[in-house]
Amino acid sequence: MAKVKGAIVIDVDKCKGCEVCVEACPTDVIGMADEVNIKGYHFAEVKNPEDCIGCANCAIVCPDGVITVYRKKVKA
Amino acid sequence: MKEENITTTDIISDENLVYKKTDLMTDKTLSYCPGCGHGTAHRIIMEVVEEMDMTEDTIGIAPVGCSVLAYEFMNIDMQQAAHGRAPALATGIKRTWPDKMIFTYQGDGDLAAIGTAETIHACNRGENFLIVFINNGIYGMTGGQMAPTTLPGMKSSTSPYGRDVKLMGNPLKITELVAELPGTYYVTRQAVHTPANVRKTKRAIKTAFKNQMENKGGLNFVEIVSNCNSGWKMSPVDANNWMVENMFPFYPLGDIKLDGEKVNKE
Repeated sequence: MAKVKGAIVIDVDKCKGCEVCVEACPTDVIGMADEVNIKGYHFAEVKNPEDCIGCANCAIVCPDGVITVYRKKVKA
Repeated sequence: MKEENITTTDIISDENLVYKKTDLMTDKTLSYCPGCGHGTAHRIIMEVVEEMDMTEDTIGIAPVGCSVLAYEFMNIDMQQAAHGRAPALATGIKRTWPDKMIFTYQGDGDLAAIGTAETIHACNRGENFLIVFINNGIYGMTGGQMAPTTLPGMKSSTSPYGRDVKLMGNPLKITELVAELPGTYYVTRQAVHTPANVRKTKRAIKTAFKNQMENKGGLNFVEIVSNCNSGWKMSPVDANNWMVENMFPFYPLGDIKLDGEKVNKE
């Protein structure tokens, strides 16, 4: 069966750390960073890149549109 | 069967792109608080404009309120109206250029308080444009004062013990009110706090623009129930949960008027 693998890129300097994407992710890929960005927010970061399925839920709910999503079919 | 060893860097390439912020949103950092629904609402409107290929033909009207700077973020032709007068300005623009797609973007203080007269009369006249109404039940920009849409018992900086309906009056369901008017064609209430709701809201905005494009003869009104986590004094995620528990029972989501006919909820 064909499997999909996803990846996200977060524009950390524009992230305001609202954590809405963390709630929206079905596979718990996203977590909050311990360090802060240029504005002083704990930005979102990819904690479990292996689990990402590229569903784009995080990017769709992100109020600031900082997430870009990629998805690729992988033959298993 | 052997699984291909694919790393994240292999996936990140233009051919695998699924979703990125539309170019119709400028690269300026949004002036909204973390987790505010305004950003999502801005973006989906711009996505619809892009998908319907009407970038050159759309004129947006920014209100007064938190979203007063909407023209800084939406990369299309915009106007900024005096407080509450966006529907009046939209009427003028639409009548001057009937072929242009016009939308106003207004908050609850702008649309349901100071702009009530303009809103109701534009709806009653059946002007052919779209009103996007962001309802967060509070005056966000000025510091979380009580708005006409504040729920009974809800705390705000001017109702610190909760809204007392006997003293302060009842909340105004302006969306139900305009649905009663013969001039409205499509009236709906949506939200943008989950991916599913964002998709539904986007479909609603698309329907509204299509109605306008096909000149269906009536005003299209899309309410988006949103959060105001700074005004409500909650974290963004808690504010979204509070909204689901408290706002949605009073402001139920769904279509209120479709194709000029009120939707029978029973």
